[in-house]
Amino acid sequence: MEWKIEIRNKKGVFDPLGNGIKKDIRDLGIKGVKKVNVSHVFIISGDIARPDIERIAGELLADPITEEYIINNERRATSDERRIVEIAYNPGVMDPVEESTRKAIRDMGIYGVKSLRTERKYLVDGKITEGDFKSICEKLLYNKVIQHVVRAPSFAKATEARQASGYKFKLIIVDMLGADDKRLIKISKDGQLFLNLKEMQEIKKYFKKLGRNPTDCELETIAQTWSEHCGHKTFRGIIEYKEEGKTKIIDNLLKNTIMKVTNELKKPWCVSVFKDNAGIIRFDEDDNICFKVETHNHPSALEPYGGSGTGIGGVIRDILGVGLAAKPIMNTDIFCFGLPDTAHKKVPKGMLHPKRVMKGVVSGVRDYGNRMGIPTANGAVLFDERYIGNPLVYCGTVGIMPKDKSFKSSKSGELIVVAGGRTGRDGIHGATFSSGELTHESETVSSGAVQIGNPITEKKLTDTLLKGRDKNLYTAITDCGAGGFSSAVGEMGQYLGAEVDLEKAPLKYQGLSYTEIWISEAQERMVLSVPRENLKELMDIFKKEDVEAVVIGCFTSNNRLKLRYNGSVVCDLDMGFLHDGIPRFERKAIWARPAYKECENKGKENFTGDLLKILSSWNVCSKEWIIRQYDHEVQGQSVLKPLVGIKNDGPGDASIIRPKFNSKKGIIISNGINPRFGLIDPYWMAASCIDEALRQVIAVGGSLKRTALLDNFCWGNTDKPDRLGSLVRASFGCYDIAKAYGVPFISGKDSLNNEYSVHGESISIPGTLLISAISVMDDVTKAVTMDLKEKGNLIYVIGETKNEMGGSHYNLINNCVGNNAPTVDAKAGLKIFNRMSEATELGLLRACHDLSEGGMAVALAEMAFSGGNGADAELDNIPCDVKKDGVILFSESNTRFIVEVRKADKKAFEKLMKGIPIGLIGEVSGKKYLRVYGVGGKKIIDIGIDKLKEAWQKPLR
Amino acid sequence: MKKPKIIVLRTAGTNCDKETASAFKMAGGEPELVHINELVRDEKFLKDYQILAIPGGFTYGDDIASGKILANEIKYKLNKDLKNFINSGKLIIGICNGFQVLVKAGILPGINSGAMEATFSFNDSGSFIDKWVYLRTTNDERRTTKCVWTENIKETIYLPIAHGEGKFIPKDKDVLNNLRKNAQIVFRYADNPNGSIDDIAGICDTTGRVLGMMPHPERHVIGTQHPRWTREGLKEFGDGFAIFKNGVDYIKEKL
Repeated sequence: MEWKIEIRNKKGVFDPLGNGIKKDIRDLGIKGVKKVNVSHVFIISGDIARPDIERIAGELLADPITEEYIINNERRATSDERRIVEIAYNPGVMDPVEESTRKAIRDMGIYGVKSLRTERKYLVDGKITEGDFKSICEKLLYNKVIQHVVRAPSFAKATEARQASGYKFKLIIVDMLGADDKRLIKISKDGQLFLNLKEMQEIKKYFKKLGRNPTDCELETIAQTWSEHCGHKTFRGIIEYKEEGKTKIIDNLLKNTIMKVTNELKKPWCVSVFKDNAGIIRFDEDDNICFKVETHNHPSALEPYGGSGTGIGGVIRDILGVGLAAKPIMNTDIFCFGLPDTAHKKVPKGMLHPKRVMKGVVSGVRDYGNRMGIPTANGAVLFDERYIGNPLVYCGTVGIMPKDKSFKSSKSGELIVVAGGRTGRDGIHGATFSSGELTHESETVSSGAVQIGNPITEKKLTDTLLKGRDKNLYTAITDCGAGGFSSAVGEMGQYLGAEVDLEKAPLKYQGLSYTEIWISEAQERMVLSVPRENLKELMDIFKKEDVEAVVIGCFTSNNRLKLRYNGSVVCDLDMGFLHDGIPRFERKAIWARPAYKECENKGKENFTGDLLKILSSWNVCSKEWIIRQYDHEVQGQSVLKPLVGIKNDGPGDASIIRPKFNSKKGIIISNGINPRFGLIDPYWMAASCIDEALRQVIAVGGSLKRTALLDNFCWGNTDKPDRLGSLVRASFGCYDIAKAYGVPFISGKDSLNNEYSVHGESISIPGTLLISAISVMDDVTKAVTMDLKEKGNLIYVIGETKNEMGGSHYNLINNCVGNNAPTVDAKAGLKIFNRMSEATELGLLRACHDLSEGGMAVALAEMAFSGGNGADAELDNIPCDVKKDGVILFSESNTRFIVEVRKADKKAFEKLMKGIPIGLIGEVSGKKYLRVYGVGGKKIIDIGIDKLKEAWQKPLR
Repeated sequence: MKKPKIIVLRTAGTNCDKETASAFKMAGGEPELVHINELVRDEKFLKDYQILAIPGGFTYGDDIASGKILANEIKYKLNKDLKNFINSGKLIIGICNGFQVLVKAGILPGINSGAMEATFSFNDSGSFIDKWVYLRTTNDERRTTKCVWTENIKETIYLPIAHGEGKFIPKDKDVLNNLRKNAQIVFRYADNPNGSIDDIAGICDTTGRVLGMMPHPERHVIGTQHPRWTREGLKEFGDGFAIFKNGVDYIKEKL
């Protein structure tokens, strides 16, 4: 018997969900909708009698105070005044509510449930056309990648029938030996393997030697292992790089730039770098900390909610899979979207509107991060029209682990245990999919790569894994990320060999082929290497907290990857070939300096309007609407929260957490990103990103002493020499500046092929480098925030302002780019950073803010309105190579700060800063105005701080 | 004397358990994290503890409705033990999700024990919100509350909220009137962030020994947790600490 229970609000109960949708409909430009009601539908089938269904509906599903339920109601008719639609998940898409609701029904003593599904029902009241309604459904209510409109009641049976039909084993052999080059390319393309001809030929050669054809499973395993996503073959390949007529051959870009910094600096506190899932550094005598940032761009483009949720879920598993598992203690998220005010008709075919992408991504991260109980305490959001077809979603997690749990080593004979979520058809081909360009067909071709996560499964897994770790019950662990079991088992067994019986993996539903089981990227799974004698104790820990775990195979010592399905061998590969057989990439790269039109800067006399415009620009404006949706203080460790100031709403420079209640030691996390500089010169973009991440660490009171970096490259298609050229040049910048500042890279990631092509034309994202910094702070009680504190205190600008308006926000609001991007003088910069750290150590700074987008004017305005304290400032004293008001106010030169110092500390501060370019520019007035006098003394900015704040808060409120 | 034993109840999706335990430890208690399965499977027993804390989180994903599935589980699996626990003069605190659980299990407000007399709905804003709020602890009714958790607490305290479904709704006027009459409303928002009826942020039961509150006292027990400590100066303890101290001290004195 199938029961359909609809839960809806009682009359008169306010429905914020429906109200929000009504607002979104208005934003679409559709008028006439009076009301939107949302109800939840549960479809329960099984051996359940009416009284039990009444109990389930009345006691469990409906809230007796605010809701009512209807059982097996006939569908109400759609009319011109009321339109109704029901939305359900597509078959195979995880519905997290199913499992928990079934548990609750069992708790009630009702055991007959065979299946349970949920749907959402929307009632839209008002006079709208059928076309408008269709548009509302498609643009707001569902995403066909994961959901569908329920058309006929018979659908449900069709789904069940499909899922129930078992899988009949049939070994699939791919004819490679008889394939010519054309055919090889076709095999790669049809199978979504994203392997190039050279690679296909190499595979053919391998199997020719063996005298047999590969199975589909073997080919998939190789494709996944060799994918750009997993293999980073561009960074490790051979590049012929041309710049200004000179040619250079680079053998392994990663080793020659990013990793070289770390190798040369040889910091004793670097524990594990570039080897594991995340970089590890020493925290204190007992613990190490680790940090990783990942991207989840392509899935987020197609299904923003699921894509970003599984993005954060994935990077958390990276942290669970580092060493013998670390405890995740903080998240950081950085997003790049198209412009929120893009006209709907300008959105490329097959893509979602940037506003919808943004809302979806933010709620995905919110729902996953919050449910995991990890504070999302830091982040950034950028907007540029070139992200419209390909948004960027960077998710990062910090973890902490006991020192002796920082390394793993599985041994032959140990069991391969998979724990956590079940394996389903979701996420097939994620690794290879993210290694190709997006097209308008991606939503249909690659929709399998998109998934919905279940954070509670991951939370349970986290809780239990850490218990198993502390009892030393396993010797190695890794996450099932891109590539699923194939990647996890392949990596862990790389130097041993492994045997797996695929039918042992718990499945979400029947019908998966052996290859699907092997490469599924279903979420929330971890793979462990467990000594046989520990198995029972480990399994007991899992069982105690309802976490599913099974043995699927064991590690061997024959260096072979052998997979069986019910006894039949479906894959038998040499680990050596799998991991080292990939032919080296050879690529051409070229970089030529672009020439942009210089901005005209006629003798302006008042800059108040420009300041307001920059404060209201998408990149600079307040992101409070997003930040408040994240639980940024769960775990109770936050010392500096993302929002600071008298009303807790000013833009803090970096976040600090204190992982141990009884210790003053803290961790600072910051991020530097500025793709606009990269348009002019990727080298100086990289330099600026490093400088920005570091100066944020310094601004909150940290030091470079124990600071490490992560690099994260999101680029266009690097098969194209100009794209690769800019990537190479950015890498050079990373090496030079990180080395000069003495900060090592400990981990990194690259996501290439971020292009969107439609009708043969490609839109590439601007090459976007994210530099994330992690820093250990000895005493968090010395931390400094950016809000102006007390009337009468002095305001200084630290660091030299140069005529570097290229890529600045001032140029952006004046519709030009310019050519002189900010540079970094790391020798001078190092001195500034170190002296600033001494100043905070001595308690000389009442406030400190780093200068970045919008330059000095924006920083000063932010400090003023965040502190509720106006200021008077003069530009005469600012150390600057060109005495022009516009430049001094808005140039985005690096390594600069504004600080607030008590008058009583003037002497001590100026003495400490001797030899460093500083300028006393004014003082905190305590009034509600910001007044700035230009070179020569004319008033060039004069405005109330409330107006500044309003301009800054309004755009994304 | 011996330290009061506190059971910090965990299940799938609990996520404020460790900081809640830390707060109790700071206050002189001996907290233990216990999974609900351990109670249901008779491996551990509620009667061995003097304080039950149900911490914040998203138990079972807050699927169906916040706190609902854990409330259902407690109702069907632990009902008797819990009644005995309350009746023997012991203490219960439910924070955020824990408050939602206590209300949905009919333990709070507890006027008509067992039945749901209030509920929580989505914040009026429609989304999750993390924000610091001022709470008034002097009840508008000018009655003396029996609540042991809030004894001698400051008139206004400052704590963070972090919830999506925090709008407290009593079943009807009678329930609200009883809450007022019995001085059960121990925390009211100074500036209502979610639309809660009568600005209710926290209530106790009629015995004064069971407390539920949406704001997180465990997130303000030390000075560096305050969002403006860099402006206003660093204090040793945060405003939430007194609540844990009251609970622990009560047990030390009475039981």
